[in-house]
Amino acid sequence: MAKLIQLNRRRLLGLGAASAGSMLLAGCDTFDFLGQRNHPARDFLERANQLTYAAQRALVGDQAMAREFSESEIRQGQRPNGSTDPRQNIEEYRQLVAGNFSAYKLRITGLVETPKEYTLAELQNMPSRTQVTRHDCVEGWSCIAKWTGVPLGRLLDEAKVKPQAKFVLYRCYDQMGGGLSAPEAYYETHDLIDAFHPQTICAYGLNGQQLPVENGAPLRVRNERALGYKQPKYVHTIELVDGFSTVGMGQGGYWEDHGYDWYGGI
Amino acid sequence: MTDQAMDPAMAVEKPDRPKGPLIYRQSIFTRVTHWVWAIAMFFLLLSGLQIWNAHPALYVGEQSGFEFDNAILRIGAENTDAGPRGVTTVFGQKFDTTGVLGVSGAEARPQFVGFPGWATIPSVRDLATGRVVHFFFAWMLMGPLAVWLVAAVLNRHLWRDIILKPRDIRALPKDILDHVTFRFHHGRSYTPLQKVAYFSVFVILFPLIILTGLTMSPTMNAGWPWLVDLFGGRQTARTIHFAVMLLLVGFFVVHIIMVLLAGPLNELRSMITGYYRTSPGTEPDKKKDSANG
Repeated sequence: MAKLIQLNRRRLLGLGAASAGSMLLAGCDTFDFLGQRNHPARDFLERANQLTYAAQRALVGDQAMAREFSESEIRQGQRPNGSTDPRQNIEEYRQLVAGNFSAYKLRITGLVETPKEYTLAELQNMPSRTQVTRHDCVEGWSCIAKWTGVPLGRLLDEAKVKPQAKFVLYRCYDQMGGGLSAPEAYYETHDLIDAFHPQTICAYGLNGQQLPVENGAPLRVRNERALGYKQPKYVHTIELVDGFSTVGMGQGGYWEDHGYDWYGGI
Repeated sequence: MTDQAMDPAMAVEKPDRPKGPLIYRQSIFTRVTHWVWAIAMFFLLLSGLQIWNAHPALYVGEQSGFEFDNAILRIGAENTDAGPRGVTTVFGQKFDTTGVLGVSGAEARPQFVGFPGWATIPSVRDLATGRVVHFFFAWMLMGPLAVWLVAAVLNRHLWRDIILKPRDIRALPKDILDHVTFRFHHGRSYTPLQKVAYFSVFVILFPLIILTGLTMSPTMNAGWPWLVDLFGGRQTARTIHFAVMLLLVGFFVVHIIMVLLAGPLNELRSMITGYYRTSPGTEPDKKKDSANG
């Protein structure tokens, strides 16, 4: 009996060592299948993102503020990334820039009592908020800049959000992709906690100047507690929705449609 | 089953070497968490290098210098007369790392990436998937760590084997001498040098890599701003996260070498079944402990 147990243990040890060894030697294209969207293994791993979202919402108060820096800590321009010039392929946007955005209108629509439209001048004449914050790109870099804009919560209050609304959907001028895939308009979504957060602003100013085209003119939404892809540039419409499964590929944003997590808090 | 009854079977291994008793050394919590971590660290490392490749540079402070220089490590490629070369810059010192860092892959089709495809998950550039994998296994590091910590406090594994005590420090020189002369003592507890290694991992490196990971989260920065202060800025935290990764890889290499030198079958058995063949002179298990294994 003892001998039998011994053999089984030996076999187990051998199997363990062999599988550990093959894992190291196989090279890592072994796990490339995890890059396939909707692969069951990937779906399973993606569930951890829900856990992260829930844990971060539980650990961090809804009103907790992102750190604000002093102006002396602005040591460089805000680094442009992603779309930097929709003039190249969007005629409507090209004309807006040519007219210095005098024809621009921000629309607030969807699940609101009174849909609203604001010109850039109207937004600039509203009470504003200025904050020096650190922008964290999903790629890993950070950049400190000063942002000026209208708190989104104020605009949402003016439009009166209906109780069934759960998310804020931002529609943008810029189109991503192209080449083999059809161009897709950038869009993003936030939950209402982030949308009504005091630091969530519709920014039209950067480092004391009008927001440049490369950084999202005329309007970029700041969500200071999330990564850069949660801060849509070139926003023209803010739509209150109760879900986003019918928008784009249904994941709540352009980058989310391409595999990034929706919450973007880490 | 008593040790006496086990002995004839064990004698098959190597009859000439004097043996101590077979003792129950590793609890089920230690064994299960060990293997979960082994898998988790594998995926965390390779997905982490994938994430790092999205911006292959490390900085000191809150932000990344694009118009000023606060980088301490940068991996990239440069065009030279001899074709593209991989260049790694550490504290201003440039090293040619063609083939591994910066430029890798087949000569006909070089890949311009920080870490080469064989060291990342997925092997191609895919930051989104790297993040999915990394954050899943980050939970697989943290969850079992919480379970292990509670168990290790209750079954005294933490106090007996991990926490360094003054007498361990005093015994350290002799233990180092024993190790460099390949005289390994297989006792009930860990040797002083082992305690240094596991104390470093559990009390220093694991907490550091978890906390610096959280410090890179903008949401956690809002909730726990003291974290950013503790590490001196988000980009410094990212740099420390990377440095601790290197130390953990170093630990892994030493760990494997020591397992091989100290008797791989005995060491593996203790981490699978819990039972460990000790050196002669070790106090055998009390009957009850052994049977409950």
